[in-house]
Amino acid sequence: MIAEIGLYALILAFLMAAGQTFFGLAGAGTRRLRWMAVTRPAAFGQLFFMALSYGCLTDLFVTSNYSVRYVAKYSNALMPFFYRVAGVWGAHEGSMMLWMLVLALWTSLVAVFSRKLPVVFANRVLGVLGAIACGFFLFTLITSNPFVRLLPPALHGGTLNPILEDPLLVIHPPMLYMGYVGLSVAFAFAVAALIGGRMDAAWARWTRPWTLAAWIFLTIGIVLGSFWSYYELGWGGWWFWDPVENASFMPWLIATALIHSLAVSEKRGAFKSWTALLAIAGFSLSLLGTFLVRSGVLISIHAFAMDPKRGMFILVLLGVMSALALAVYIWRAPLLWEDGGGFRFLSRETMILLNNILLVAGAGAVFIGTIYPLFIEVFGLGRLSVGPPYFDHVFIPIMFPLFFLIGIGPYLSWKSGSLRSLFRRLWIPALLWLLASLLLLLLALDSHWPLMTWLGVFFGSWVLLTAFIEPVRRLWLRFRGEPVRLPSGVLGMSLAHFGVGVIILGITVSTTLGVWRDMPLKPGQSYRMAGFRYRFDALRPARGRNWTGVRATFSIFHQGRLFAVVHPEKRHFFPDGGTTTNAAIVGGGLHDLFVSLGNPLGKGKWSLRFRYEPMVIFVWLGGLLMALGGLLALADRRYRIALEVRPFLPIEGADERVDAPEEESL
Amino acid sequence: MKRRFRYLIGGVPLVFVIGLLVALWAGLSHQPSIIPSPLIGRSAPPLTLPRLAHPGRQVTRAVFEHHVTLLNVWASWCVSCEYEHPTLLWLKRHGVRIIGLDYKDHRAPALAYLKKHGNPYVEVAYDRKGLATINWGVYGTPETFVLGPRGHIRYKYVGPIPLSVARRTILPLVQRLRLDETRS
Repeated sequence: MIAEIGLYALILAFLMAAGQTFFGLAGAGTRRLRWMAVTRPAAFGQLFFMALSYGCLTDLFVTSNYSVRYVAKYSNALMPFFYRVAGVWGAHEGSMMLWMLVLALWTSLVAVFSRKLPVVFANRVLGVLGAIACGFFLFTLITSNPFVRLLPPALHGGTLNPILEDPLLVIHPPMLYMGYVGLSVAFAFAVAALIGGRMDAAWARWTRPWTLAAWIFLTIGIVLGSFWSYYELGWGGWWFWDPVENASFMPWLIATALIHSLAVSEKRGAFKSWTALLAIAGFSLSLLGTFLVRSGVLISIHAFAMDPKRGMFILVLLGVMSALALAVYIWRAPLLWEDGGGFRFLSRETMILLNNILLVAGAGAVFIGTIYPLFIEVFGLGRLSVGPPYFDHVFIPIMFPLFFLIGIGPYLSWKSGSLRSLFRRLWIPALLWLLASLLLLLLALDSHWPLMTWLGVFFGSWVLLTAFIEPVRRLWLRFRGEPVRLPSGVLGMSLAHFGVGVIILGITVSTTLGVWRDMPLKPGQSYRMAGFRYRFDALRPARGRNWTGVRATFSIFHQGRLFAVVHPEKRHFFPDGGTTTNAAIVGGGLHDLFVSLGNPLGKGKWSLRFRYEPMVIFVWLGGLLMALGGLLALADRRYRIALEVRPFLPIEGADERVDAPEEESL
Repeated sequence: MKRRFRYLIGGVPLVFVIGLLVALWAGLSHQPSIIPSPLIGRSAPPLTLPRLAHPGRQVTRAVFEHHVTLLNVWASWCVSCEYEHPTLLWLKRHGVRIIGLDYKDHRAPALAYLKKHGNPYVEVAYDRKGLATINWGVYGTPETFVLGPRGHIRYKYVGPIPLSVARRTILPLVQRLRLDETRS
């Protein structure tokens, strides 16, 4: 019964989305206020029925109703309650449900916060969002219906991949989806503005907070995923350049470029057609990511739980959405070429242009690395895989100029900056940076650091030192009694840039100075690495609610004193017998020590992996600082002011121009 | 003129995306599945497993003798196997003898799966622990081997067999192997 209600609600949600699309787009096209009045309620209806349907699926999971195929496959009564709730999005069908729930949520948020926007524009945005939702509803209903019954019912459930039983992984997909799907809002704003033929400062201003919000979620999602793979996958490492990771990283790079180019479009009215293209590309890439992950085209043949039909459907969906958006772009973009004013080479526009070029080039490099193996195979040139060395050699060099520019860009004025004012703002941090670099050179010259370490430390410290110039300068002026404000947008930008510096340090130091060794040991033996001595004390059987396994005890000594006692584990989950390696990690400050259990080698010996990872925590810390910076910027008053503008309601003729409120200096 | 140039520039992303879509489509229909198996040309590796339906009795290498046989590795938890299933039934209808190897599965759901989707197999070996991995080099499901009448492995297909491959490659191969048998 519950399953049927769920399916019924899902179909109703689809109909709501269809209504939202029709009345949004057709209503805006024909300027019929009555039609347009339906769009918002339809959006709320979509959320209501989608939530109901999702709730039904969750209920089926919690009550372990094995007469539903999806539940029987992925839920198990042995799983703790928490994981039964989260298990809903543990596999394909449920994660599509989560995807659509998140989309309905974003749509409703747009519906709520777009009341102050011009009616026609808001309707177009909701119409485009509805069209996206329709595509996904059709996809789910046709190829991945989670409510299909299983007759006769299964006697016991299947399992979630045991690796996925982890609290962090429970919140990782929702975060990532909030980010992926959030980009659809920027996409919808861009397409709506293109259809209307008007992209002005107001458009950019409305889009900015949505893009920023999506970017924050995407950032948090990626950081969580990376942290999870570090402590859970068992062999260390926090980024593998695998297609699934790249699928989230490409939209992130594009979203980052978009945030910056939106600033130019808002402040200077320039780059508009480029910004629209980025908005389209960002969401298209998140769809592409979905396609790559779901269809199994890229993943090796091990990922057999893929259905080619689904891949084809998502491909069609991706094709229709991005091709339609780009067709609208071709139709309208030439109108946008008349730009708001030129700018000199030495200006913030140039800096953001360079930022965009570098970020897009970076995304392109990741894209090529991800998709190249597929091309090679399709054209019958053999099989190959593109590994981390490619990405290290191509992606990282693209980032270095970007890191240099982060320190300069924010301190040039719009339109035409001067070297003199740049120097006036930068000389103190530049001097500090030079002194610190010299000091470091003297202190660490004999430490045989590789070139990359030096580069990373220099660029990282440059970013760190220049990040807070603007807030400090403003505070200093205020301290001197001048009426200068410190908007949280400025603070947010500084914090996010500071986060980039922290990440640079974390990445370079941990990858270039980290050490790892595989060592066979038996209980009683010791191993010494990077100044720490690891003593293998004991190995005992262990068991949990749905697993059995072994648990080792290691004592770690540093300079003769006991530093920590750790317990790496190996778990075998019973219903279907997957195995996880739960590494033991201590530290969390400046360095992490990492012990993981490999396999028994006979005669009491076990293969073991020891890692010493200096400063690895900085990688995620930096990511979180970036997200926090984004949050601060989102809290900026300007966006709320922008929402409170009561624009003229255009009913007939072309879309009316909406005058933006007084612009601030940043 | 100028306007036309702008349209041209604006079209670049669309052309790029269309190219990408075509390539992805090709990638999706392309079967990345012809992995040469070191076993091809050799005689079948050892196989001693209980039967799925009759746990007391065993399936051994002897099942491959005197017949051209397909060995299909599958499991009830495997989505791609469900996708492949109609092809197997089609092969069965065309007189191909198929032995199943139920890989890392449980008895009850496996039997239910066959009851629900139809049973293309003349016999099913029940490989609870995935022992076939070691001898047969199986590393996923589905995988399919074609064995000649003297128990030699002739062909291996990794991944779900599309009907086109069954029609164009597998069925002709089975028929040729049978002919060879009657001739000798």
